Amino acid sequence: MVLVYSDNKNLMLELLNKGNELAKELNKSLTAVIIGKDEFSKDYIAHGADKVVVAETDIDQFKAEEYTDIIEGIVKEDGSEIILIGSNKNGKELAPRLAAKFETGCVTDCTNVYLRDKKLTAERIVYSGNAVAVEQFNTTPQIVTVPSKVFDPLPKDDKHKGEVVKKKIDVEKSSSKILKVQEMKTEEANVEDAEIIVSCGRGFKDKNDIKMISDLAEALKGRTVGCSRPIAADLKWLSEDHWIGLSGHKVKPKLYIAAGISGQIQHIAGMRDSGVIVAINKDPEALIFKSADYGIVGDLYEILPKLTDAIKTKMG
Amino acid sequence: MNIVVCAKQVVDVSEIKVDSKTNKLILAGVPQKISDIDKNAMEEAIKIKEKHGGKLTVVTVGPADAKEKIKELLAMGADEGIHIVQPEKLDYFVVSTILAGAIKKIGEYDIILCGEASIDLFSGQIGPRVAGILNIPQITYAQNVTVEKDKVVSERNIGDKAVTIESSFPVMITVTKEINEPRLPSLMQILAAANKPINDWSLDDVGSGKLEPKITTVDIKGVSMERKNVVYQDDIDDSVGKLVDSLVKEGVLR
Ligand SMILES: Cc1cc2nc3c(=O)[nH]c(=O)nc-3n(C[C@H](O)[C@H](O)[C@H](O)COP(=O)(O)OP(=O)(O)OC[C@H]3O[C@@H](n4cnc5c(N)ncnc54)[C@H](O)[C@@H]3O)c2cc1C
Ligand SMILES: Nc1ncnc2c1ncn2[C@@H]1O[C@H](COP(=O)(O)O)[C@@H](O)[C@H]1O
Repeated sequence: MVLVYSDNKNLMLELLNKGNELAKELNKSLTAVIIGKDEFSKDYIAHGADKVVVAETDIDQFKAEEYTDIIEGIVKEDGSEIILIGSNKNGKELAPRLAAKFETGCVTDCTNVYLRDKKLTAERIVYSGNAVAVEQFNTTPQIVTVPSKVFDPLPKDDKHKGEVVKKKIDVEKSSSKILKVQEMKTEEANVEDAEIIVSCGRGFKDKNDIKMISDLAEALKGRTVGCSRPIAADLKWLSEDHWIGLSGHKVKPKLYIAAGISGQIQHIAGMRDSGVIVAINKDPEALIFKSADYGIVGDLYEILPKLTDAIKTKMG
Repeated sequence: MNIVVCAKQVVDVSEIKVDSKTNKLILAGVPQKISDIDKNAMEEAIKIKEKHGGKLTVVTVGPADAKEKIKELLAMGADEGIHIVQPEKLDYFVVSTILAGAIKKIGEYDIILCGEASIDLFSGQIGPRVAGILNIPQITYAQNVTVEKDKVVSERNIGDKAVTIESSFPVMITVTKEINEPRLPSLMQILAAANKPINDWSLDDVGSGKLEPKITTVDIKGVSMERKNVVYQDDIDDSVGKLVDSLVKEGVLR
């Protein structure tokens, strides 16, 4: 059996596509897991699930300890050999804990998953983008986590049939307690889908100056603003969905412009697949120039307005 | 308060080169260091110890020369180091089983601290695996940690939400890079660290004699990046003009 789980619906739809392909190749069926309220079982079936297990519990919030127990139970009953888990932060703390329970292998943040000689094979980026490791499993269940936008969702097929199994599940309660959940603002930057991205880094002195970046993005008709980790994680000037890099989002626009970004390898890891890379930095020795096709050495405060004007003139 | 920090020696990823002809990584001669975020874990551990007292132990599974790197963490403020020479064949299962074995042997522990991920492999697996083996609660991606006498309150940064969790002890916490600024040890501390013990434990000592990896790395493909590296650095107006012309030629302006 192939089993997929994420607490994020979009990730689920993407995983179901891959899960469906693997299940067909292995002549197995595909199970989707929902923990808590059944909101989406119809969608999951239309997107390829043969079965949806709805774990009905009185737990209303994600805790790795409890979710691991729930999924462990379902996996045992279902006989899952392959488990695909969505690679958001919750999925990434769930999958290895689950793997520890089964004393089995796990590969996180896979950029590709396929069968080679009937063996599940997973690729992931290592050494901060310098290499791709190809991993194979020696035991089952074989657990992988996959980030969003790695696979497209399968087109919806309302004729696809599947069963919904509701299960009452009691789990051992974790001794930890969730005190507060604070939603952080997101701007839904969708950097993964962008054709043109203009990114800012610590070379910016003030949050308001980021307007220069959005003006340039606007002139390029790209409208997508990206940033380095400190801008989102330390300064919190932009929401996490703008953050590009090893620990942020991986992007491949046709044009990537980095202004006031030093070009540390962890940033490069997120944008190295871009088409044309442009760097603006006042330090001629900045690493970013080594990873760029074109660069201008100078003060971004002087360059950005001029570049925006020049592009507006050119593009009419 | 008994605190255990798990720290890993890694290659300095910014120094790795890729042979663009063979697509093989050139790892020979690349310097090794303690994984960046493990120093954040250590800094947080020191702060907890400063407030509550107790013992701070750092554990590493690594090659023989990793022992030398542990001294840096002793200089920062750990009381004792434990070094377990890694087996020839290893994966996340093997390393986490050894670490959990070592922590059980330490016996008394309230808080285990790890980095959110190591900078070479960046898997984030070890912390949750260790917590799973020990069957204790876990708090990952902690962007702050407040320890009281019998509990810890911590905020997980999961991107679109901040989740505040309270846990009793023992608990495993993984920290983000932003949680603190790791201190640089003074010369006095570096010298004093020479007298702090680093124990060598064998795999048998921690009850992990024969462990077979659950995954096998069948290939590592180097990814080289070749860029044009055209840099304009004269008059700003000229540079801007040249850049726009180049972008037109590249066909990225429409
Ligand atoms: C495990 C790990 C994961 C990480 N993940 C990520 C990640 O996903 N994404 C990421 O971005 N980083 C990540 N980092 C952090 C990364 O290593 C760098 O610290 C970070 O990218 C630096 O951000 P920056 O370039 O904005 O800031 P800085 O390094 O401070 O660079 C600022 C640059 O601006 C230039 N500058 C200053 N003023 C001006 C001006 N007026 N005009 C023009 N230029 C100017 C400076 O010359 C400098 O080059 C990670 C680090 C670790 C250890
Ligand atoms: N070999 C090791 N020895 C000690 N701690 C480790 C080791 N590998 C990983 N860790 C810990 O687990 C964290 C996550 O590592 P990783 O799972 O490799 O991303 C690191 O930041 C360390 O705290």
